[in-house]
Amino acid sequence: MPARSDAVWSEQGTTPDAIEAALRELLMEVHAENDNFVPARVLNMIAFVDRQWSGEIANRLRGVGRYHASRLLVLAYEPRRERLDARVMIASDGADAPGELALLRETVVVELGKRHLDDLLTIADPLVVTDLPTLLWSPHGHHDIVAELLSLAQAVLLDSVDEPIARDALERAWSLTEQAYVVDLAWLRSTPWRERVAALFDPLWVRREMHAIKRVTVRHHEASTVAAMLLAGWMASRLGWRVGSLVSHGDALVGNVHASRQDVALRLEAAPELRVPGLESLELETASGMQLRLGRGEGGLRAHRRDERGEEREWTLPGASRGETGVLGEGIRQALLRDPTYVPALSAARAMLP
Amino acid sequence: MAVAAGRPTGRPEPENPLTAGLERLPVAPTTLVIFGATGDLARRKLLPALYNLAHEGALPERFYLVGVSRKEKEHDDFRAECEEAIRRFSRRKPDDSVLASLLDNVKYVPGTFDDEAVYSELGTVLDEFEQQAGEPLNRAFYLSTAPSFFPVIVERLGASKLARDDPPGHREVRLIIEKPFGTTLEEARELNRRVLAIFDETQIYRIDHYLGKETVQNMMAFRFANGMFEPLWNRNYIDSVQITAAEDIGIGSRADYYDSSGALRDLIQNHMLQLLCHVAMEPPVNFTAEEVRNEKVKVLQAIPEPTVETIPKLAVRAQYGHGHVGGEDVPGYMQEEGVPEGSVTETYAALRLEVDNWRWAGVPFYLRTGKRLARKITEIAVTLKPVPHLAFSQQGSLGVQPNQLVLALQPNEGVSLRLGAKIPGTRMIIRPVNMEFLYGTAFLSQSPEAYERLITDAMRGDATLFTRNDEVEAQWRVCDPIVKAWAPSDTQSAVPIASYDAGSQGPEEADGLLREGDSWRAI
Repeated sequence: MPARSDAVWSEQGTTPDAIEAALRELLMEVHAENDNFVPARVLNMIAFVDRQWSGEIANRLRGVGRYHASRLLVLAYEPRRERLDARVMIASDGADAPGELALLRETVVVELGKRHLDDLLTIADPLVVTDLPTLLWSPHGHHDIVAELLSLAQAVLLDSVDEPIARDALERAWSLTEQAYVVDLAWLRSTPWRERVAALFDPLWVRREMHAIKRVTVRHHEASTVAAMLLAGWMASRLGWRVGSLVSHGDALVGNVHASRQDVALRLEAAPELRVPGLESLELETASGMQLRLGRGEGGLRAHRRDERGEEREWTLPGASRGETGVLGEGIRQALLRDPTYVPALSAARAMLP
Repeated sequence: MAVAAGRPTGRPEPENPLTAGLERLPVAPTTLVIFGATGDLARRKLLPALYNLAHEGALPERFYLVGVSRKEKEHDDFRAECEEAIRRFSRRKPDDSVLASLLDNVKYVPGTFDDEAVYSELGTVLDEFEQQAGEPLNRAFYLSTAPSFFPVIVERLGASKLARDDPPGHREVRLIIEKPFGTTLEEARELNRRVLAIFDETQIYRIDHYLGKETVQNMMAFRFANGMFEPLWNRNYIDSVQITAAEDIGIGSRADYYDSSGALRDLIQNHMLQLLCHVAMEPPVNFTAEEVRNEKVKVLQAIPEPTVETIPKLAVRAQYGHGHVGGEDVPGYMQEEGVPEGSVTETYAALRLEVDNWRWAGVPFYLRTGKRLARKITEIAVTLKPVPHLAFSQQGSLGVQPNQLVLALQPNEGVSLRLGAKIPGTRMIIRPVNMEFLYGTAFLSQSPEAYERLITDAMRGDATLFTRNDEVEAQWRVCDPIVKAWAPSDTQSAVPIASYDAGSQGPEEADGLLREGDSWRAI
């Protein structure tokens, strides 16, 4: 079994050319040491971060495990920095079994200052692997920088719940969808919920009920209104509901949307008891009197159904929590896929803005 | 049974628009019944696969499991055994709460498989689960037992009316059968006859776990999602095809099974003929189960049936003797624990087959598999015809060799293309170089275990990765004459068995199968 590899290079006052040359040399050295070490060639990821928070971002990225981009370029920004410093790390966890490949993943950290921003594209461009898709992430805002680097990227990673104002979050995501594929962590947190709602309505005997939904209540983390709007927007866009503005009512957004047969009373309300970003529960009621509730639970989502005759049942839909690290890893993986339902859901969510 | 009322309406059912864009499609609420639930396969593969599906939220929204086995035990004892097996063999560390919620819906029915009372109790348990769920549950019966029990279980399921959707329209009932599906053509036909007397072919899912491997599915993507290969993929450009499944290990503690099976039945009759089908099949009209399997059956039907006269020219068998593997001294097959004295079971088999159709006529397909060979490798090597005219001098070089495309399935899945390239220097000297693509370098995701994919597909009713009855029989039609020719007679085997040193490339006799100018690739 090949040993772990951890090759490192660093230089102060460096240039993109020197960094790129160091990458090539390190790769050759590691491969020469053991030809089971091969560079992963899946995805570039550019992370533009504030240097003071770069440690926290590095920790988050370290946790994504196999979803680590094959080349991660961290642009650590410190406004007063005059000099370009860089570190290159090529690491591998080794192979799973003797004779198998050991994938090498490359991390390049470039520390830069305000004076470098005008030429940022010429710093980043030589450091991404040509012909691989590139994911761009700017977790500390810096929308102007994202605009500058967009020409290098095919996908942008964002977390809509990071924006304090829902309108800003949705408009920001919408504007990015016109230029790149958007991977929204707020959307990905709702994946298990969407899968389970789809499954609950999938058996033939209950499928018609999805078109008779008359009430939807989504409870969410106080700072995750956008996540609830995206989930409601998903249901609206998939089920053909006509949506309009919701109104604020205390800690909730409420309103009616129009399905083909009836109106749907929609309520999105904060759940102060929820400590993690995302959704707390989803309740649905259909015209026949069937009620469904999905909520967070131990070992998976907890489902509760009351049928039209008043019979009640409760059960667990097994599934492990991915945690925030898992959600970030999933976000990186999603950069290589295309979910056609996000943009329609986002569009419906925008239409619900008060 | 009082399940929620009124389900089938007779009206055409609408599509489910909520599934669009989801990577994991819903699976209908299901009870899975595993016959042989305390056996090795269940413990090592099936239960861990179910846990991993649960972990990923990929099980049906209502899922129940019933274990059936001979040993007397309580539900809780069986749950504890399931937990132990999952903790030991799962590819990921189990999450306690997910595991607990999976085990909440597990029950056990003890008894012998021919005992009517077992099926009566099973029916009661299935009804109880439906009562608990408040809705009809599909039923999937998984036969993870010795093959001799397959017809017994199937007939008991039929007699107890568990094989039927009763009342009609409420649920799907499916039968999942592990390999081996017969040990001869005659047995396979008889088994098909008995199973099809109870179940419809559309209800039956015959497992060849090779088909659940990502690597095998990738072959379809390689051939049918890349336009550059199809124009070359025929007798005009392809000279030969070599399919190798070599192992460096011996039979270990499986002498009982292996000595009654041998390399031909263990790997060639099922897995390697499936690989051959993937290489040789025509592009299906679409990737539905029926279209894909129709094309594979056509390939198998185009392989001439071996005869007593042709078998010595197209099949070689051998047994490994003492030798060295990985620097270790290892015993020969006859010295392995549990191998009967005088056994003529082959640990190595090589075939030369042809696919007599418009695309492949005249192209030899070489298949070989063996234990205790030089290393573990599974690959398909497609050798193209040499260039018609060579303008370069070959003096002082390794020579211009035909292009060769190698699809490697394990240990490192990938594609390698051998090209001729000029050696740097002042003279025009050519040598072969490899252009390599390794799947592991190009994807972030971890491949699911084959059983995770196959169990999900069976519960969803997608039979694409399962073997159809005519496909099984067509595979046996190719292998059965060789099995018979190799069967031991009273005094000695009809066809002599060669030997090879453990850790070697295999027996020299295998070279006799090759067309003049061909050679086996180094293992």
